[in-house]
Amino acid sequence: MTTPDRILLAHGGGGRLTAALIADEIVPRFGAGPLASLPDAARLPGMAGGLVFTTDSYVVQPAVFPGGDIGALAVHGTVNDLAVSGAEPRWISLAMILEEGLPLATLRRVLDSIRAAADACGVAVATGDTKVVPHGQCDGLYINTAGLGEPIPGYRLSADAIRPGDAVLASGTLGDHGMAVLCARERLQVASGPVSDTGTIHRLVRAATPWAASVRFMRDPTRGGAAAVLNEIAGGRPFGIALREDALPFAPAARSVAETLGIDLLHVPSEGRMLAVVAPDAADAILAAWRALPEGAGSTRIGAVTAGPAGAVVMETLIGGRRLVDMPLGELLPRIC
Amino acid sequence: MKYVDAFRDPAAARALAGRIREAAAPLAGRSRPVQIMEVCGSHTMAIGRYGIRGLLPPHLRLISGPGCPVCVTDAGYIDAALELASRGVEICTFGDLINVPGSDTSLAAARSRGAAVTVCYSPLEAVERARRDPAREVVFLAVGFETTVAPVVSLVDRAAAEGLGNLSLLTAFKLVPPALEALAAAPDLAIDAFLCPAHVSAIIGADAYRPFAGRHRRPCVVAGFEPLDILYGIEGILRQLDAGEARVENQYSRVVTAAGNRRAQALIERLLRPVDAIWRGLGPVPASGLGLRPEFAAYDAENRHGLRVGPGRDAPGCRCGDVISGRLTPPECPLFGRRCTPASPVGPCMVSSEGSCAAWYKYGRIATERP
Repeated sequence: MTTPDRILLAHGGGGRLTAALIADEIVPRFGAGPLASLPDAARLPGMAGGLVFTTDSYVVQPAVFPGGDIGALAVHGTVNDLAVSGAEPRWISLAMILEEGLPLATLRRVLDSIRAAADACGVAVATGDTKVVPHGQCDGLYINTAGLGEPIPGYRLSADAIRPGDAVLASGTLGDHGMAVLCARERLQVASGPVSDTGTIHRLVRAATPWAASVRFMRDPTRGGAAAVLNEIAGGRPFGIALREDALPFAPAARSVAETLGIDLLHVPSEGRMLAVVAPDAADAILAAWRALPEGAGSTRIGAVTAGPAGAVVMETLIGGRRLVDMPLGELLPRIC
Repeated sequence: MKYVDAFRDPAAARALAGRIREAAAPLAGRSRPVQIMEVCGSHTMAIGRYGIRGLLPPHLRLISGPGCPVCVTDAGYIDAALELASRGVEICTFGDLINVPGSDTSLAAARSRGAAVTVCYSPLEAVERARRDPAREVVFLAVGFETTVAPVVSLVDRAAAEGLGNLSLLTAFKLVPPALEALAAAPDLAIDAFLCPAHVSAIIGADAYRPFAGRHRRPCVVAGFEPLDILYGIEGILRQLDAGEARVENQYSRVVTAAGNRRAQALIERLLRPVDAIWRGLGPVPASGLGLRPEFAAYDAENRHGLRVGPGRDAPGCRCGDVISGRLTPPECPLFGRRCTPASPVGPCMVSSEGSCAAWYKYGRIATERP
């Protein structure tokens, strides 16, 4: 089969096809400036004091799921993109596309959770826009938020600074958000089922500031899950990443559903977690600082950067075998955020 | 989850790996490696996911067999589904099939052009679709081995009970024992033993392999999908080979019985009859498929929509047939990882999440670079 000439759902999955679409269609047109390295948020040149800028759209279906809703997600996702870029989130925009017929009660619930999440993150909604389209031309409501933040002094984040021996940290259980949305959408009847981890990680970034010089790279594992983030870090670089399966943090509820459906939780998105690559001598201190916060209580070391095989993410399995942890392909869970 | 974790215990796995090396030692002097075929795609995935190949001695080879329903489905079947979609029929299918290349294109590509192709987690979603719009024809792509035949074919009973006149099945059900016969009889394939599938065996029963094991003198061990299940299964096979035996052994007795699931067997018997089937890689194998009995022809999509599933054209250079029959390991295919990747698959073994090429690509591309 040749390269598809239409957009497939898999182009939105955060995996190989997404990467190819961005590399082929976006970077050649817009990649000359701050977009070049495809950061979660861009450092804008020429602004006094520095400014970090990001945007994200939210199309999650259903709009309300165990642990959150599209409103909370629209704040958390954007705030988290600023945070992992080493910035203190300050302002967000709020643009909504509403479908004719959307119950006002749903809109109110979503707006209330946007307000609550923004308050909790210390960001203000500074500008916005509302459009309504005829029934059937969008599914309930879609939200776009952009975010502006100020760089936190001390962070110089770049995957190119990563060295063999560095530690790979996760701030909590992985994949809960994706499994919660999947169960809600497919109406899978699961007793005490998975609950989304949607939440913010900016306080984790703040807490790690004393060791900022030792933090090489941070990212929130959203679409494509931890596997996509780690493959993006290692891909094309002169080091590998080694994970230990027995160290991976998974919540029992998410694991039960994933095992039943044959889904690899490393491919499943989180919306309130962080992965960080840090110098080995700072790892324990950062983990201790994270664990002191409720959102970092489950923080743990999941692996290490290795000299080889270069560019690959490899896992030592529970039974002592080794296997590749590949980039997910794409269509596993559409409309998850 | 504690129950599952017991079958992934690291210390038990180490001990078993040691016993496997010990049982394999007397076979090391042979002129060629010991070849065990894992028949089922779920075994292939588990072997990759847990890195089991790396725990085995070098003269012991695991060969992936034809046990992935997507992989053995001929391109002509996809062509037929595409033809139905082009006539405005809504196609309901399990997700794996949508990226499988037909002779010219795939269902995923047809969907992006507006064809009604719905990915279902349960066959019952097809009933829901048919109920929702009685004016529209719905066809469920009924592909699979003995494991999934009963729940899928029970759609016929559901449709009949609800009086749904717009739901039918495009059948390409396949049976495992006739495929083993074909593999064992192939003169150029030197397969010493078979690791038999778990879920298929839960339906047909471990005894279903007895005539085969006796006729072809090949040890057959039914094994579960957890890593310790697989290691136990391999150990059992090696002990039989050491002793010159060829028996059916059921390692997975916590799920599989000797006689299998009688209720499922009765349902299958009532609605379906054996038919000759074309397997990608094996070609036509007599009585190796299941088709609807003539009295249920109204639910048979081929009959209902007046179309015949004919042979399809494989992509030039695609060696999936040789991979499925164990003649080639995935990396030995010239297209593997170059022109054929999961993002742009040329053949079905790379498409299916249980395909052997996908498993090698996903988990195995480090096997040759041990630290």
